[in-house]
Amino acid sequence: MRLRTILAALAVLAGAIAASAQEKVLVVATFSILGDFVKNVGGDRVALEVLVGPNGDAHVYSPSPSDAKKLAAAKVVFTNGLRLEGWIDRLVKAAGSRAAVVTATKGIAPIEAAERSGHKAEHGTDPHAWQSVANAKIYVTNVRDGLIAVDPAGRATYEKNARDYLAQLDALEAEVKAEVARIEPERRRIITSHDAFGYFRAAYGVQFIAPQGVSTDAEASAKDVAAIIRQIRRQRIPAVFLENISDPRLLQRIADETGARIGGTLYSDALSDEKGPAASYIDMMRHNVKELKAALTS
Amino acid sequence: MLYDALIAPFAEFEFMRRALVGVFALALGGAPVGVFLMLRRMSLTGDAMAHAILPGAALGFLVAGLDLFAMTLGGIVAGVTVAVGAGFIARATQLKEDASLAAFYLVSLALGVTIVSLKGSNVDLLHILFGTVLALDNATLYLLSGIATVTLLVLAVSWRPLVLECVDPLFLRSVSRAGAPVHFAFLTLMVINLVGGFHALGTLLAVGLMMLPAATARFWATDITRMIAIAIGAAILSGIVGLLVSYHAGVPAGPAIILTAGVVYAVSVVLGPVGGLRRRLVPGRHLEA
Repeated sequence: MRLRTILAALAVLAGAIAASAQEKVLVVATFSILGDFVKNVGGDRVALEVLVGPNGDAHVYSPSPSDAKKLAAAKVVFTNGLRLEGWIDRLVKAAGSRAAVVTATKGIAPIEAAERSGHKAEHGTDPHAWQSVANAKIYVTNVRDGLIAVDPAGRATYEKNARDYLAQLDALEAEVKAEVARIEPERRRIITSHDAFGYFRAAYGVQFIAPQGVSTDAEASAKDVAAIIRQIRRQRIPAVFLENISDPRLLQRIADETGARIGGTLYSDALSDEKGPAASYIDMMRHNVKELKAALTS
Repeated sequence: MLYDALIAPFAEFEFMRRALVGVFALALGGAPVGVFLMLRRMSLTGDAMAHAILPGAALGFLVAGLDLFAMTLGGIVAGVTVAVGAGFIARATQLKEDASLAAFYLVSLALGVTIVSLKGSNVDLLHILFGTVLALDNATLYLLSGIATVTLLVLAVSWRPLVLECVDPLFLRSVSRAGAPVHFAFLTLMVINLVGGFHALGTLLAVGLMMLPAATARFWATDITRMIAIAIGAAILSGIVGLLVSYHAGVPAGPAIILTAGVVYAVSVVLGPVGGLRRRLVPGRHLEA
């Protein structure tokens, strides 16, 4: 009698554990910013794995076997698309994953990658679409729809989370526009080492000029550096920004040679770690705008 | 016109002048060391050592980021460790020096890549593998010139035993006990020059400005002093032309410098008066009485 009660209790407990484990949807996002969107929409219903973590560069990332394992177990994989992660399709196939692959930039009008010194960068389109908050909202709706498709039971949660988060993004967008408006229009020009802000420029009218092309794997030549220095001198560009993922020594040299102010760190491709100033997408955008304003307002 | 092509880039931009000073210093220190390496049939040792520096530089990077002092110190320690370790194993066991060196540098290289990756970001590795000759700051220039100065001084002081050890090591051993310390000093010179080259050109190419001019000089002189002078000249020429090519054609500066040195070498192989191809294929007339 006693034994039977215990067994029954154990059975119930085991069932409860199994149920709670089942509820979590295994989700993979390719890089940290996209991971942040998924975390905000998925909330507690998803178990999230991010392949390229904070401060990593998705352009030149090389996947490890443990990444393949994560993919094999996942129900849905969120990718940026626009050729940011050239490695993802092969990796999904190689991992034998049956996960649904959702491209988060679906529905975003891609812009051309920045031209530099006469010739177009090879990549064609600029993949860094999240640099405009309006685009981030499209990411969020795509993430929401992707999650609902694999986990219909969670529809209400996902829709509510997405609605709340979209409201925050609306507030963020208004804030970014208001802050940029306080910089004098002719001073809205900066140099940064990684050309990842095409969408930011298109949305908010700040010009970003880079000493390197769209991809961080190209080494700058003397010609590029000379062109940048000439441009800073000619256009009187007030500030040079270091970024979290490119060679700081080169920018230091350019700043020394032109007298341009060195701004803080702008986060473009990856979030910072938990303790950093850009632990989430909203923090990242706020941080970037704050840095821009500090360096560009005289 | 000629001014625009050759002088204007250096007159207009400070970073070009700094790069120029950097390659001058590298040429003055590295090329003589390269000539001795070549004469002692240790040309590939330089390459192996350049890779052996990586874990030390990577450790320095891990501790202090892209910090000149930490990376220099780490590189020198790692390089000397490998040189001494490989030398010790070659003398204490039956393994020959080239095999033990190969073992050491392969382990070092893998260790270096692992250490850099530990920091999490994979782009940093590229900065270490490919240096930044276009971004030499004051501290780096002082370091490079310091290395060149020390190298020339040490070479001047240990000139006779060094030359003797190149041409007749057994004789040197019979008349003097300077052989071992001179050998060690020479290895240290090689390491510090590679570390200097590593800051400007990266670990992959640091050895380029050391060996290519030395191999070039072999085709133009039989006398060791003249060979060294020619090697330094070839290295400086490669540096100037490489920087100009990078400036005008928009190719990365480090590889451009080494490729130029490669072209100078290729021309010497064909035209060099000392055992060059043309000399061999089209021999001059015999002297007649």
